[in-house]
Order: sequence, then C-alpha cells, then structure tokens
Amino acid sequence: MPKILYCRCAFAQVVPQATKDAVLERLCASGTSFETVADLCEMAARRDERLTGLLDSDEPVKIAACYPRAVKWLFHNAGVPFPADDPDRIEVLNMREQTADAIADALIDQP
Amino acid sequence: MKTETLPFQVVLYEGDGAQPLAPGDRFAVLSLLLDKGYAVRRVAGPGQTTAPDLPSPAIPLIVIGDFGGAAPVLEDAAGRVSIATHDIGGLAPDAVLDLIEQGRIGDQRGLNQPGAPGMWKPWFPVIDYDRCTNCMQCLSFCLFDVYGVDEKQKIQVKNQDNCKTNCPACSRVCPEVAIMFPKYAAGPINGDVVNQADVQREKMKVDISSLLGGDIYSRLRDRSDAAKSRFSKERSPDKALEERKKCLVKLQQSGIIPAEVLAELDLSSLPSPEEIQRRAAEANARAQAAREAAAGMA
Repeated sequence: MPKILYCRCAFAQVVPQATKDAVLERLCASGTSFETVADLCEMAARRDERLTGLLDSDEPVKIAACYPRAVKWLFHNAGVPFPADDPDRIEVLNMREQTADAIADALIDQP
Repeated sequence: MKTETLPFQVVLYEGDGAQPLAPGDRFAVLSLLLDKGYAVRRVAGPGQTTAPDLPSPAIPLIVIGDFGGAAPVLEDAAGRVSIATHDIGGLAPDAVLDLIEQGRIGDQRGLNQPGAPGMWKPWFPVIDYDRCTNCMQCLSFCLFDVYGVDEKQKIQVKNQDNCKTNCPACSRVCPEVAIMFPKYAAGPINGDVVNQADVQREKMKVDISSLLGGDIYSRLRDRSDAAKSRFSKERSPDKALEERKKCLVKLQQSGIIPAEVLAELDLSSLPSPEEIQRRAAEANARAQAAREAAAGMA
C-alpha cells in the first residue's frame, strides 16, 4: 500500500474548497490509513522533520496537493530530496486542476 | 520563521482496541483540526496495534480515538517520544479541538494557525532547479535579502521570512520562469507547467530597463541623487517619504509589484533611497561575485 499524504492548503484559498473537502471525505470514508497536513508550504518553510519521514523509505507515496512542480521543489526547499520523476514511486495529484473523484480514485483504489 | 513552532503530531487512532468513528464524524474532526493548523495521521484497519507506528522524527504525539471511555496509557519503549492519549468517544469536533488545544498550550507548543492574529502566511519563493540557470537576476532584484548563495555559489532562498506576502515580483523577472510561489493564483508562477509562451514573455519582462523608464537601479540612483539635491536645500522626512511613495507608485504602475502588496507596506519603514541604492549595489556585487565564483568552479 502506498503512503497517502493529503495537504489541506489551509493558509490560502487557492485550492477549491469543494475539491479539498470531497477528497478528504473520500479518504475518511475509506478504510485506509493516511497522513494529512494543514499546509505543505508552511511545513516546508519550517523544514519540518516529518517531511523527511514521508519519503525516507522506498515505499510508493501518493500526494494530494497542488502542482507537481511546486510540490517537488517544496520538498527540496525543506531539505528533503524528492526522488527522480517516477510515477510508480511518487505520484502528485493536483487539487487545483483535477477533479476530486479522479484524485480520490487515484489515492484509494489500489490494484 | 516569524511564528515559532514546536511541531507535534496528532494521531487519530482507529486500529485494534478502538472503535472507528463514523465517516462523517471523522471528516468533521479532521477538517476542523487541519483548518486550525494541525497535522493529523489517521491510523486505521485491522492489524494495527494500540501502539501506532511512530513517525520517524522523535516528536511528541497526541493520540485520539474512541477507546470506549478510557484512553490507554502509551509509552515509547525507547523513551524518545512523549505520548498523550485522549478518548474522544461521543465528543463533538469542537470539544476534540479543545482537548488538543489544551494539551498543546499546556506543553507550551506554538502553532502557526491559519486566520489567527499574527500568523505567518507561508509566502516565499520556491526555486525550480531544473530550470534555474544561476543567473542571479533574483538576487540582484530583491531588495529584501531573500536570496543568497550556498558554498557552491548556487542561488538559494536564504531569508524567506523577509519576503513580502503576496508579492511575486522576483518570479516575474526570472528569465527562466524558475521561481514559483505555490500560493499564487495563476500559472506558471503557481507551479503550473511552463510553456514556451511563458518563457518568451518572461524573457521580455526581464528586460528591466523597460521598467521605470530605465534600469531600475539606475532609476533609483537618479531619484536618490535628485533627493539628495533637494535634501541639501530642505531636509524633510516628509519629502523623503513622498519620494519613496513616488518610486513605489512607479513600481506599481509597472505591474511588477501588486497594488495590494504596496498598499499593505508600511512606507515609513521602507528603506530610504540611499539605503535602497546601497542594498541594490550590495546585491549586485554579491550576484556578480557569485557569478564569477561559479564560473571559476565550472
């Protein structure tokens, strides 16, 4: 099972509220474990150690946040190397652009 | 960071030994905690023990769950992590938040809470090193010492707290569209994919000489010289302030710095024309030195 990280983007209104809520609702209705953070930008700015913990194994990770380019370099900004672009290892789902259903399906529905 | 925080982790535990919350209750608790600035790990499913996996860093845990009336006492066998547990069975989301708030405050842990007075909006530049060519335009441009270089003379965001909230000016002068502000409204500054049209547009914008009718720093120097001349006749703090306002209005008209950012700036606390000139010269010198050092290392 991949690790799942959900970012609430709580400090700004740039991610549609309906999308954020719908993705979280789907996660909450699932039987899976997951990580949620109030704001990935804020954690990256603080170089929060938990970001290291998220990527420190070879486990696949799925991140529901915003633009993949921004997420990748936010981790870098926090001193956490982002693995080379490998969709099997890390998948970033963009709540600013994709639909909530598409994101939730990608997060939860595992083969 | 403008807001000091000592991180800790909230765990919503729903494994063995705890009753799962109803999905609606789970969503209500999680969304409330997230909107208040907390990070929450949900631990769910059979096979989970009463000792959830500890996060890699040794940070304190607050474990909440429906434990049937009495929260278990948990200890980290290695003694690294303090763990507080709370039974939240039957509690409304607000009451859960209160429990966690009390624990946090009792533990003297700060939290940067969205919407709270004095909170710090995480607004700072994020460099896309796949695009950055280390040209130092950003270092030269920023008057607030946000940028610096590392020991390899590579551009870095050194002082992100100095960044002016909602101002993406440096990203607009980056010729490679390599500077992002993830909380900006529009692409490519927000991190959206960069297309060729964006690059062409940014290359046009980076012609700083088009701003303010000439090189921005030359222009500032000119204004400073003019101001000096006037100051020699009539030294007036009010006129100095007016001078800065005019300079900022020019910047505003250029579209580089958003009007709302300028409106929020405390003009009386902004650097004087002489100080701007000095900082610009320093930034240019640092950028030039970094360019030369980087060229020498290549």
